[in-house]
Amino acid sequence: MMIKKKTLTVLLSAVVSSFMLVGCSSGSEESSSASGEKEIQFMHLWPEGSSKKHYDVVNDIIADYEKENEGVKVDLEVLSNEQYKDKLRVLSTSKELPDVGLTWSAGFLEPYVGGNMFAPLDDVIESDLKDAFVPGTAEAYAIEDKTYGLPLELNIVSIYYNEKMFTDNNIEVPETYEELIEASKAFREAGIQPVALGNRDSWTGSMWYMYLADRIGGADTLNKAIDRSGSFEDPALVEAAKEVQNMVDNGVFVNGFNGLADEEAKSMFMSGQSPMYMIATWDLPNFTTNEDVPQEFRDSVKYMNFPTVKGEGDMTSFVGGPGVGLFVAENSDVKEEAKDFAAYFVKEWGEKAVTEAGVIPATKVDAESLELPQMYKDILNELNNASNITLFADVQMSPGVAQTHLDSIQALFGKQMTPEEFAKKHEEALSKQ
Amino acid sequence: MDSPLLLSKDMGLNVMNKVMSNKLFIAFYIAPALLMITILIFIPLVLSGYYGLMDWDGIGEKTFIGLENYITGLQDKLFWNSALHSFLLAVFSTLSLAVYLLVSFILASKIKGSDFLRKIYLIPMLLSSVAIAQLWVKMYNPSNGMLNAFLMMIGVENPPAWLANPSIVLYAIFIPILWQYAGFYILIYYAALKNIPESLIEAARIDGATPAQIALRIKLPLIKEVVSVTIVLAIVGSLKYFDLIYVMTAGGPNGASEVMASYMYKLAFSSYNFGYGSAIGFLLLIITLIVTVIIRKVTTTKERIEY
Repeated sequence: MMIKKKTLTVLLSAVVSSFMLVGCSSGSEESSSASGEKEIQFMHLWPEGSSKKHYDVVNDIIADYEKENEGVKVDLEVLSNEQYKDKLRVLSTSKELPDVGLTWSAGFLEPYVGGNMFAPLDDVIESDLKDAFVPGTAEAYAIEDKTYGLPLELNIVSIYYNEKMFTDNNIEVPETYEELIEASKAFREAGIQPVALGNRDSWTGSMWYMYLADRIGGADTLNKAIDRSGSFEDPALVEAAKEVQNMVDNGVFVNGFNGLADEEAKSMFMSGQSPMYMIATWDLPNFTTNEDVPQEFRDSVKYMNFPTVKGEGDMTSFVGGPGVGLFVAENSDVKEEAKDFAAYFVKEWGEKAVTEAGVIPATKVDAESLELPQMYKDILNELNNASNITLFADVQMSPGVAQTHLDSIQALFGKQMTPEEFAKKHEEALSKQ
Repeated sequence: MDSPLLLSKDMGLNVMNKVMSNKLFIAFYIAPALLMITILIFIPLVLSGYYGLMDWDGIGEKTFIGLENYITGLQDKLFWNSALHSFLLAVFSTLSLAVYLLVSFILASKIKGSDFLRKIYLIPMLLSSVAIAQLWVKMYNPSNGMLNAFLMMIGVENPPAWLANPSIVLYAIFIPILWQYAGFYILIYYAALKNIPESLIEAARIDGATPAQIALRIKLPLIKEVVSVTIVLAIVGSLKYFDLIYVMTAGGPNGASEVMASYMYKLAFSSYNFGYGSAIGFLLLIITLIVTVIIRKVTTTKERIEY
C-alpha cells in the first residue's frame, strides 16, 4: 500500500499541477475578455455521457439565461463526480474556484466555508427565493446562521415494497412498526428474507436507526445529540438502538446483511427475492420510468412512510437530505452576476429537473400540473406536507465522527455492541472533536 | 580464431566497455529512472512523513503539531488491531508458500499435462484485483452465492454469512488473496526448479536417492536463495496489502477485516484526517522496512551456488 499511497500522492500532485495550469490559463482568459462581456465560470458534475438528461437541462437553462441577459456569458466546465470533488479541492487550495459550482451540504461544506471560499447567499434567498425551498433543505447548507448553498436536489427515504409478494403470500402490508415485524416473521416462515439491507455501506443501516430515533424520540432528539445540545445517551436514542437489535433478532433483515453492499441488496429487492427495501428517492426512476427494469416489477412497487413505533411518532417526518446545491465563490470577479445566475438557475431547475431528469428538486413544485408518474406526484405531495426532514446523520456529522457512527452502526446491527456501548461510542467521538 | 566475425564482436565489446566506463554516459543512462523514482517514490515518501507532523484535513491550513500524530498512532488500538490482521496475513502467505513449493515440485517433475496445469495456476494472476474481488463477493453472497448454495445442497442448515461474521471475515478474505498470488509463486519456483541441471539429479539417482530425498536434499537447497526472496515478497506484500480488502469489505464489519493500509486509507480519505493518515502510512513504511531487514538477515546465505 505504501506504493499505492505514493502513486496516489504523485497522481494527486500531477493533477494539482495540471489543474494549476488550467486555473492560470482560465484566469488570464477572463481578464482578456473583460473588455465588454462578463463571463461566469460554472462547473458541474453531470457529463453528457453518463447523465445526459441532467446535462441537457443545464444547457437549456444556460441558453435561456444568456438570451435574457445580454453581455453575460456562462463558461461551462463538466467533470464526473469523483473528479469533480478532487478538482474542487485542488482549485480551492490555489484560490481558483469557479464563480458558480456545485457543493454538497453540511460536513462537505465546512472546510470551504472555514477557508472563506464560499459567499453567503442569504441576500439572494431573501430577495429572490423566499419560500421557494422545501423546509429543511436550504438550512442544510447553513453554517452559523449563514447559508452558503442553494439546494438543487432533495432525497427523502421511504420503505419501498413489492405488493405482489405480499398478496402472493397472503401477508398484509404493515401499517405500524409492530406489524412490520409480524409481517417479517410471516415472510421468514414462507422462506423469504423480508428486508433487503446492504449494511456493508453502513449509511443504509444508519437510515433505519435514524427513523427509529425519529419515531421514538421525535424529530429533534437525534439532531440535538449531534449538535451537542443533547446526548446519544438520551433514553429515546438508546431505545432506538435497542429496536434495531430487536429487528435483527426477529430476522427482519436479509442474511449476512453486514457483508452485503447496497447494490447487492437492491438487486435482491429488484429481482423479487425480498419484498421490502429502504432507499431514498434517487432510485425512483428504477421503480417508475426506467425501461430496463421489467414492467411487472415496476407495477408492483409501492412505497410507505416509515410507520409509527408503539403508536408514537409523526409519519410525515422524514429522513433525507439535499443532494448537491449551488455555491458562489467568495473571491469571484463577477460575484453579483454569479449570484444572479445561481438564483435564476434554481428557479428554472425545479420543474425541468423533475420532468426531464427525474430528480426530486429541493424547490417546491406543483406536482399536479406536471406530467409525471403517480409515484412522483405522491412523493412530491408528501414533501409539500412534510413536517420535518432530518438530514442524514453521516452528512450532519464531521467526517471523523461520521466514520465512527458508520462503524458503530455495523457493530450495532451485527450485535458486537450493546445499545449502551453504541451511545457511549458516539459520545466519545463527539466530545473529542 | 581470427575470423572477421569474432574480430568485429571484440571491437564492439571494446567500444561498449569504453562507453560504459565514461561517468557521463553512466549518469546519462541512469538519470531517467532515478528521476522517476525520486519524483514518484522518494519525494512523496518524505512528504507523507512531513504531513504526518501536521494537523491537516487535506483542504485547509496545516498546523504543525510535532510528533503528536505518531504518538497517537502508536497508542491507537484500532491501528494495532489492523496491524495484527496484516501480520496474520503475512503468516498465512508465508505458510502458503510451502503449498506452492509442493505444487511446483510436482509440476516440474515430468508429469503429463504439467504445461497445461501451469497455465491454469497462472490465471488468477492475470485477473485484476477488482475483478477477483467481485468474483469472490458473488461466491460468498450469503443467499445467492455459489459457496452457500453448495453447502445447503450437502445439508448444512445455516451456512455462515462469510463476509458479515466478524470472526470469519478475515479468513474468508485471505483465501482469495492467497489464491490470487498462487500462480506468481508457482511460476517463480517452477522456473528455479527447471534451472537445476539435469546431470545433478541424474547423479543423485544413480547414487540411489529416492524422489523425496532428491526433492528435499538436493533441489530445495539449490533453490534456497529463491525461496528466501519469495518469503520477503510474501511478507512485505502482505503487510502493505490493500486492494481485495478494500473492495470486498472496506475493512468491515466494524474493523473486523481492517489491515494497516485500509486503515490508513480510511483515515485520510473518509475521515479527512490527512495528517494522521500520513503518519499511519509512514509507520506502515517503517514497520515494513524493519520486518524486511530482519527477514533478509535471517534468510540470506553467504554461500553462492554455482552449477
